[in-house]
Amino acid sequence: MDGKVLGQRVPRLEDPGLLLGKGRYTDDVRLPGTANAAFVRSPFPHAILKSIDKNAAMDVEGVIAVYDFSDLRPHMTQDKLPVEFPSGVPNAENAGPAILVKDETMYAGECVAIVIAETRHIAEDAAALVFGEWEPLPAAGDCKEALEPDAPSAHRDTNNNLMMEMVQEYGDVDNVFSSAPHTFREEIWQHRGTAHPIECRGAVGRYDPVSDQITLWSSTQMPNLAQSYIIRVLGLHENQVRVITPDVGGGFGPKFLFYSEELVVALAAKLVGRPVKWAEDRREHFLAAVQERDQYWEAEIALSNDGLVLGVRGHVIHDHGAYTAQGITLPYNAASTIPGPYKVPNYRMKQSLVFTNKVPCAPVRGASHPQGTYVMERLMDRAAKELGVDRAELRDRNMIRGTEMPYKKPLKTRAGVNIEYDSGDFPKAMKMALDGCDYYGFKDRQRNSRADGRFSGIGLSLGVKGTGRGPFEMATVRIGPSGKISVYTGAAPMGQSTRTMMAQVVAEHLGGDMQNVEVVAGDTQPIPMGMGGFGSRQAITAGSSAHIAAKEVRKKALKVAAHMLETSEEDLEIRGIEIFVRGTDMKVSLGQVANAVAGTPGYALPGGVEPGMESTQRFLTDPLAYCYSAHCCEVEVDPETGGVEFKRYVIVHDSGNLMNPMIVEGQIQGGAAHGVGNALFEWMAYDKEAQPLTTNFGEYLLPTAPEMPGFDVSFLESPSPLNPLGVKGVGEGSTVPVAAAVCSAIENALEPFGVHISEAPITPQRIVELIASANPV
Amino acid sequence: MGETRNISVTINGKTYQEEVEVRFHLADFIRQQLGLTGTHLGCEHGVCGACTILLNGESARSCLLLAVQADGQEILTIEGIAPSEDELHPLQEAFRDNHGLQCGFCTPGMLTTLLEFLKDNPDPTEEEVRIAISGNLCRCTGYQGIVAAALDAAERLRNQNVNQIQ
Repeated sequence: MDGKVLGQRVPRLEDPGLLLGKGRYTDDVRLPGTANAAFVRSPFPHAILKSIDKNAAMDVEGVIAVYDFSDLRPHMTQDKLPVEFPSGVPNAENAGPAILVKDETMYAGECVAIVIAETRHIAEDAAALVFGEWEPLPAAGDCKEALEPDAPSAHRDTNNNLMMEMVQEYGDVDNVFSSAPHTFREEIWQHRGTAHPIECRGAVGRYDPVSDQITLWSSTQMPNLAQSYIIRVLGLHENQVRVITPDVGGGFGPKFLFYSEELVVALAAKLVGRPVKWAEDRREHFLAAVQERDQYWEAEIALSNDGLVLGVRGHVIHDHGAYTAQGITLPYNAASTIPGPYKVPNYRMKQSLVFTNKVPCAPVRGASHPQGTYVMERLMDRAAKELGVDRAELRDRNMIRGTEMPYKKPLKTRAGVNIEYDSGDFPKAMKMALDGCDYYGFKDRQRNSRADGRFSGIGLSLGVKGTGRGPFEMATVRIGPSGKISVYTGAAPMGQSTRTMMAQVVAEHLGGDMQNVEVVAGDTQPIPMGMGGFGSRQAITAGSSAHIAAKEVRKKALKVAAHMLETSEEDLEIRGIEIFVRGTDMKVSLGQVANAVAGTPGYALPGGVEPGMESTQRFLTDPLAYCYSAHCCEVEVDPETGGVEFKRYVIVHDSGNLMNPMIVEGQIQGGAAHGVGNALFEWMAYDKEAQPLTTNFGEYLLPTAPEMPGFDVSFLESPSPLNPLGVKGVGEGSTVPVAAAVCSAIENALEPFGVHISEAPITPQRIVELIASANPV
Repeated sequence: MGETRNISVTINGKTYQEEVEVRFHLADFIRQQLGLTGTHLGCEHGVCGACTILLNGESARSCLLLAVQADGQEILTIEGIAPSEDELHPLQEAFRDNHGLQCGFCTPGMLTTLLEFLKDNPDPTEEEVRIAISGNLCRCTGYQGIVAAALDAAERLRNQNVNQIQ
């Protein structure tokens, strides 16, 4: 992209405020008379709540109210939260998370009651004095063990933890396996973690009795959906609920859910008649924000003598958690990702979704694409080793070629749309990544390092990720009589530079001055429709809507200006905030043309145009635009400590046209860093009884600066034919192949020890254990 | 209100005489009582570093200090870094120009930590920068933009000092 501002490394509109400490996040919303909330949470992963005694808490000075389920139920239309994306979910009406525990708790940390007090400190003191009489029940911990015949039930009213099974398949896979010359089987485990935005969740509720309206400020990725859920559960009219999303300190998936805390805070504000604030602390985030990635896989690959993949089949046991927070997205994504960049002519993957007594699972950056990619790439490494073929060579033989794009896979997305790769060149990207890492010169480096007693390895992977989940995200572009341009969008900023992106798109057509553009997002009052931030979608959906709207407004502005300046539209150009007759100093301002169509009582509009200098667009898109990321990394592993050090990390990424290379690079680096966490560090531990063990940042490790490689990022730009900007999403694509590439490199480094890696994360302890078990004394 | 003390704290050059609950940590005092919400809380157990402020010029976790411990001390928060209302500090400029922030939540702690570090080490290596911010978590950037910003800021600050001397 080579526009005036679009495609350029323009500075972000968000930065000056954030750098001066003028950001306003949810906990920074300070309303007069605000009371503070703390939640009483279940201490047990699975137990019956026989009774609850609130008296001691109520007696604490400064406590305003304590509400449990029975107090709130009369104000609600249903017991549970609605299920997000309910299609295909059995008994979807009743499958959602509890709002407050009614009589049975399903995971430790579940909300039981809310305490509202003058200060947060008092609320927390009092929360400790809410006494529940609990009868603990056996809990379903590990999702594989939960499928055993005598396993404890996660829900007492069922005797089977299998929520449902799904199969994705095509071709005649069993026939192929019975005749294939080579088949290899892997058992792979991938473990849970969560996103951990540095800002935890939070909500501020306010009720205005004059307008009979609830306003909720929430750190969410989905303000409009949150509004619709509040309306539904509280039985209100659309005009009675407004949700505002102030600055959001990171989302990465788990804030794309509507949580019980948000609903309860909104309702409590109405009941106590004061604003109520809840700022989640990190321990609560560990206990109650959604997590994912616990999956056990059995996967087999069949190959010809030439190393061509004939088929892949297998089974995944997927930890669904205690409730259905968000449909069946995760196992579906994982299974449909497996064939990835390769031609896999026959395929079957069975998925078993299993209830456990753990926090519900829902997407974290990558949404199970990393797991699917990990499995396929581990199979590729295994096959390469067994067949004596170079890992890169085996991949290249099986990759879809650039000349075959668009390439239709015999699979559908969870929404029933065909999976068709829209553009790109996987082999070229992989080759660029290999060359960037000097893959073919590595054997010499490895020999030398081994001679020095160091163990270096190189790994590679390519991940594909569907982006731009439709059907639309609206945008309104409006020039006001002030001459300022406003953009309203249902897109939800959470740190991805959404405001800058939208301003670039609009300014490109309307004078090129981004300072003249204000982007309004995250407020349901001026923005009636919106789905929000998930699935790497907003540049495609909201960006395209803004692009089309800005072009419409431009056309209209030029028409009115031509009328005012008595010239033709072709002779006009917009520069900054003015419209000039080309080559002259004759001009009108954007404000004047907007004013001209704002209407003067009794006078006709100039040029016979419609009133208002604005356009609202909802660009519709159903098929996904597929971005992909080719990674090659070199590591050095210390067999004594299990420590892994990155020597190089090269990424070649293709997200179509780049709207702002600086921002895209930032997304790619950050996404890859998240992948490194999943590959090496992040381990959400539970005991056998599903009691969480890692509930602070001392026990659960996020990547810090010294461990991170400097990612060497470069781009291919294969424009997507699916949207007018030719862009693809960038938020998640670079997370997808990281664990696969890193574990490939570690296994390569530890070749002399015969270590085989089939799990992620692979922590230093595990590396030491694997070396020991492969080399018994 | 629980037990309180009267304290006097100078923050960003302004002195505050306040009655504060003894159990308030410094971050709560700064954010809730004084309304300086630029300092952020990401974990409240001293790991994430978002709440880092400069206490008498030295970086400190404001979630791990009680407000009463700041009595008589001088504090700098993110709101006090820029030289004026409409001007960014060279470190802030470098963060903007090197995409050293995305969501902005870790930024206050990154800026204060690096302000102290660059004063002590005006010409650091990349590795030294990475170690300097090893106590600050960022989930957006992978640290790369932050490291680039710190190295760029070091150069800007060195040039500024040279210009001032000349």
